[in-house]
Amino acid sequence: MTAPVDVSGKAEQASPDGAGRKAVQGRSLTQIAWGRLKRDYVALAGAVVVLLLIFIAIFAPLIVNLWGQDPLQFNQDQIDSGTLMPKGDYGGISSDHLFGLEPLNGRDLFSRVVYGARISLLIAFLATILSVVIGTVLGMIAGFFGGWVDTLISRAMDVFLAFPLLVFAIAIAGIIPDQAFGLTGDTLRVALLVFIIGFFNWPYIGRIVRGQTLSLREREFVDAARSLGARTPYIIFRELLPNLMAPILVYSTLLIPSNILFEAALSFLGVGVRPPTPTWGGMLSDAVRFYTAPHFAVFPGLAIFVTVLAFNLFGDGLRDAFDPRSRR
Amino acid sequence: MVTYLIRRLIGAVIMLLIVSMATFAIFFLVPQIAGATPEGMASRYVGRTASAEDAKIAADRLGFNDPLVVQYGRFIKGIVAGAEFDYGPGVEQCPPPCLGYSFITRQPVWPDLLDRLPVTLSLAVGAAVLWLIIGLSTGVISALRRGSVFDRAAMTLALAGVSLPIFFTGLISLLVFSYGNPFAVFAQGGHYTPITENPGEWAYNLILPWITLAFLFAAQYARLTRAGMLETMGEDYIRTARAKGLIERTVVVKHGMRGALTPIVTIFGLDFGLLVGGAVLTESTYSLPGLGKYAIDAITNNDLPKVMGVTLLSAFFVVFANLIVDLLYAVVDPRVRLS
Repeated sequence: MTAPVDVSGKAEQASPDGAGRKAVQGRSLTQIAWGRLKRDYVALAGAVVVLLLIFIAIFAPLIVNLWGQDPLQFNQDQIDSGTLMPKGDYGGISSDHLFGLEPLNGRDLFSRVVYGARISLLIAFLATILSVVIGTVLGMIAGFFGGWVDTLISRAMDVFLAFPLLVFAIAIAGIIPDQAFGLTGDTLRVALLVFIIGFFNWPYIGRIVRGQTLSLREREFVDAARSLGARTPYIIFRELLPNLMAPILVYSTLLIPSNILFEAALSFLGVGVRPPTPTWGGMLSDAVRFYTAPHFAVFPGLAIFVTVLAFNLFGDGLRDAFDPRSRR
Repeated sequence: MVTYLIRRLIGAVIMLLIVSMATFAIFFLVPQIAGATPEGMASRYVGRTASAEDAKIAADRLGFNDPLVVQYGRFIKGIVAGAEFDYGPGVEQCPPPCLGYSFITRQPVWPDLLDRLPVTLSLAVGAAVLWLIIGLSTGVISALRRGSVFDRAAMTLALAGVSLPIFFTGLISLLVFSYGNPFAVFAQGGHYTPITENPGEWAYNLILPWITLAFLFAAQYARLTRAGMLETMGEDYIRTARAKGLIERTVVVKHGMRGALTPIVTIFGLDFGLLVGGAVLTESTYSLPGLGKYAIDAITNNDLPKVMGVTLLSAFFVVFANLIVDLLYAVVDPRVRLS
């Protein structure tokens, strides 16, 4: 008879073996990143503002119902016919018109800024998705297969990065008629802008994905998977892609603000979504003519600033959380 | 070095060819995909009042019915050797380099571009000097004094700078410094005086656009420089340099900055090339009669050949700037020549 065997769980938990297991409990990359992100209050503030803006964009009609007016409705009775300026002080800011009125037509600025968030975020998100899809697919192909495929795709990326983007975008956006590809009106313009912005920006994601794939390809776990008989599609989708998610997430978050600025620029130049649909860039372009009404420029401009800043803060925080080397 | 030079030159020529194809595709292929007929495209040349018959003849004579390859060949030939547009009732001459012929103003585009170029160039050079000085020095100081009040303040300002669109800061700057009562000290937009005529007035008219544009880029460059400096100063060779007993100044300037600033040269080349090819947003905001404003006005008037001219010219500047940067890089960083 040997020493009595204690079968109660208590003893096992107390054993040095169990304690050791608890101490080295593995944390996934996502958990580590989340732990870092939780302590980064600036990034969290950015995230909260981003969520708020998405909320505003989705529920724009509801918000405008509560605190504003129809964004397309003219209120010319409140416009001074001589100066074309709103009659009230400070651009007609009142409880009815939180951000005042537009000069000339007297449309409610608050509603237009709120509705502007829709176009801005919709285009920025869709364009980012397009860039990420093209960039990830081509970047992975280039990085994984190497050789002449890599050379071809890498050269293509260089060409895209060295393109005079804005002038090309203006040319394309300006050349497409009001009716094309079976689409008209806002749908056509949104689709067009998503295509232009998304298509020209994929190399930024593509380069990062290519570089990551190149280094991941040589790692032991890929060799292990291959020696276990995994085929190429399995390795690409089940071994490489999960490891690429973090950089893709970080850089697409950082691509969104630049896409917002791009969309606003095209709208400002008059080749974006057409009036009367409200866009932030379009409002700023109207504001150029009414320099005596500062509120007209300030509200849409601040909307762009706050949105882009929030995405930048959140994106920077995300990058720092996933990549400890870039700690500030 | 010679092999490197030749390789780069060939690369630049290929790049120009690709860009010319892309431009051709935008102006001749995309309208067709979007549903324009050859007659419809020819009617831009003969005017909207022309009969359908005339448009058909013009489409034939201008070659809109030819295969795309033939059309592209003619397009390239026009750039190199000049072109003639025979649209039926008459023939228009477009001497080389024919980057487009406006059938609205009945003028080749090239002389217009030459007219507008000094404006854009003045804007770009002035702003570039400002943003390089401010951006780089801010970035270096921030990196060396990481976490200091200066660093925090500069980086907050820089983050704001990269989040502000230039057409907003530009508009605000005009509101405050040109139209605002107490500080209306700078020129209102829309004026340009050639430097050869009156250098003082030239600078006075451009100072606000310079500052606004430089602020945007300085913010970007400060961020880039700081990141680059932080990375370089953590390298082993910096420790080696310190261990050798070099004074801190030499370590920072000769070892740190040289490593950190070379990548920024590349980015600067691209940015500057892009800007010379049309600072579209700045010029529209301040109504400066440069290349970008020319393109935007042309889009509004549906005068596509003018837009095509600007597109080709700006593509040329970008490719050219890239080439210069590559060559400079090879001089600064000997490793490049070997690879």
